[in-house]
Amino acid sequence: MKAKQVVVHENTPHGMRGIVWSFKRYWQLWLLALPAIFFVVLFAYVPMWGIQLAFRKFEPSKGITGGKWMGLSYFKQFFASPMFGNIMRNTISISLWTLVMGFIAPIILALLINQIASTKIKGLVQTITYMPHFISTVVIVAMLNIFLTPETGLLGKFLGDTSLLGEPQWFTPIYWISEVWQHCGWNCIIYLAALSSVDVALYEAAKIDGAGRMQLIRYVDIPTILPTCGVLLIMNMGSVLSVGFEKVFLMQNALNSSASEVISTYTYKIGILGSQFSYSTAIGLFNTLVNFFFLILANYISKRVSDTSIF
Amino acid sequence: MVQKASTPVQAPMNPRDANLLAARNSGEQVPFNKKVHQQRSFSDWMVDIAIWVVLILVVLAVLYPLWFVVIASVSDPKLVASGQLSLLPKGPTLKGYETIFHDARIWHGYANTILYSVGGTLLNMVVTIPVAFALSRREFKARRLIMFLFTFTMFFGGGLIPSYLLYKQLGILNTAWVFILPGAVSVYNVIITRSFFDTSIPEELHDAAQIDGMSYIGYFIRIVVPLSSAIIAVIALYYFVGHWNDYFTGLIYITDMKKWPLQNVLQQILLANQTQSNIASVGAQQAQEAAEQIKYGIIIVSTLPLLVLYPFLQKYFNKGVMIGAIKG
Repeated sequence: MKAKQVVVHENTPHGMRGIVWSFKRYWQLWLLALPAIFFVVLFAYVPMWGIQLAFRKFEPSKGITGGKWMGLSYFKQFFASPMFGNIMRNTISISLWTLVMGFIAPIILALLINQIASTKIKGLVQTITYMPHFISTVVIVAMLNIFLTPETGLLGKFLGDTSLLGEPQWFTPIYWISEVWQHCGWNCIIYLAALSSVDVALYEAAKIDGAGRMQLIRYVDIPTILPTCGVLLIMNMGSVLSVGFEKVFLMQNALNSSASEVISTYTYKIGILGSQFSYSTAIGLFNTLVNFFFLILANYISKRVSDTSIF
Repeated sequence: MVQKASTPVQAPMNPRDANLLAARNSGEQVPFNKKVHQQRSFSDWMVDIAIWVVLILVVLAVLYPLWFVVIASVSDPKLVASGQLSLLPKGPTLKGYETIFHDARIWHGYANTILYSVGGTLLNMVVTIPVAFALSRREFKARRLIMFLFTFTMFFGGGLIPSYLLYKQLGILNTAWVFILPGAVSVYNVIITRSFFDTSIPEELHDAAQIDGMSYIGYFIRIVVPLSSAIIAVIALYYFVGHWNDYFTGLIYITDMKKWPLQNVLQQILLANQTQSNIASVGAQQAQEAAEQIKYGIIIVSTLPLLVLYPFLQKYFNKGVMIGAIKG
């Protein structure tokens, strides 16, 4: 930004005059940006206006803003609900396992793929490991069901006579393992990109100094991808309480519900199926706020510790 | 650097090492200087073997389940059920696919999904590429504000119910529009596309265009777009896959089964076990086996378009994604 600034634009006006000036000067750029701004405002910011539903009693005839002000009563109702402890435990355990494993696995895979000397084999391995990323959640869960079917399934035949999907203690492991299986290859692209930027001379220098294979990884590769890891970790922290709705919902059944009810599936059941609009909005807002808090926290810590941050 | 004391490397680089370095840097495959690395070669060997073993296991773990679905879909369901299937199809039969071809629900869902995916992706592209270009222009000061407005929505949103009420008010519940309009902009894709424009389109081109009296829109349409096929292909793929695999929208906003996209039909057949009723007459065990075979077939049929597109777009991944990824 500093180097490329064009001299002509040094006297940019500020404030209201600046906005009018910008419209006049860059009306074509504004025109190109307009459709996207329209959609973001309509479908992201207008619903934010509806958040006040979390503090109001919803009355269909009076719309979002007309209901009686209820303060924090819906939040209190959620915290006091017998479901609260269980839902929070499930949400946190599923998302933490997925976050940690889903963060480490691509790093390891990228370091391994980077060790392949032949570009052809490297490309082949990448192509194969990317593939599952494009399969839909419905199909993935169907595959889990089929493979885990007792007696006949690919895995189920080794695992006794009940399906693991019916056992609460197996819900979280099945969730994160399948998640890693599906996305690990794809998520390592970004690390491979970072690794491809390493100067070959650096490897040569290290080798001449006597570094072996492991030491090249330890002292050259890992420091190279560390900043990328930091940024991705912060981004992931922002979703610590948002477990993907679709997959949990599709994996749920009557037998495992004690381990599989999470915030997003609960808001769906309360809100869409149960039509308790205000209560559901309150739970959703609580979820968003916790995520936002973790994002800010992770960003702050990372900024202090390693000078890496996303804002 | 490491274990320096024990290595017999002289302080000033010897000529042999220098030659080796030059040869390697010019891309030649030169075997490693044996004298220097004698001690380490054994452990390096072990590391090599370990890396290959792990990689082969990873590739097999990814590939085999997919391959199994393929061979199970064309094998005798009895043999699949009794676990006799390993590497190649057994008792080949296309019965499963025959049943699928005669299932109207699947074709209906297919047609709907194609409509939603193509329509949705077209709108996505028309909206995303221009805004990414506008946001990539450094002299456009408002871009910081717009960017903030966009990025904020990645981490904060209204949630399920307010969105639902909005769609209801707009009258797009239970219509094709609910698949197309709300997801018109993915901020993530805007960021990737913008970084591509930032890093891959030389600024000199804009200077030259300006001297020729070209407007921003002219420059965008005649110069930037033709140079951006890699990122356009990648973004289109992202959006298309997103639409194709979308299950959530159908679940929440569509109550009319005629408008269901493929994924919701799949959920009914694959997970709620509602394979066609006419099979039930053949006897429970056989029906169960046939139903399982149909599931394998449906998985293939529903994923086919993406697998067909995949090899064509494959070459763009590294180009397009990596450029976007490094900065994004």
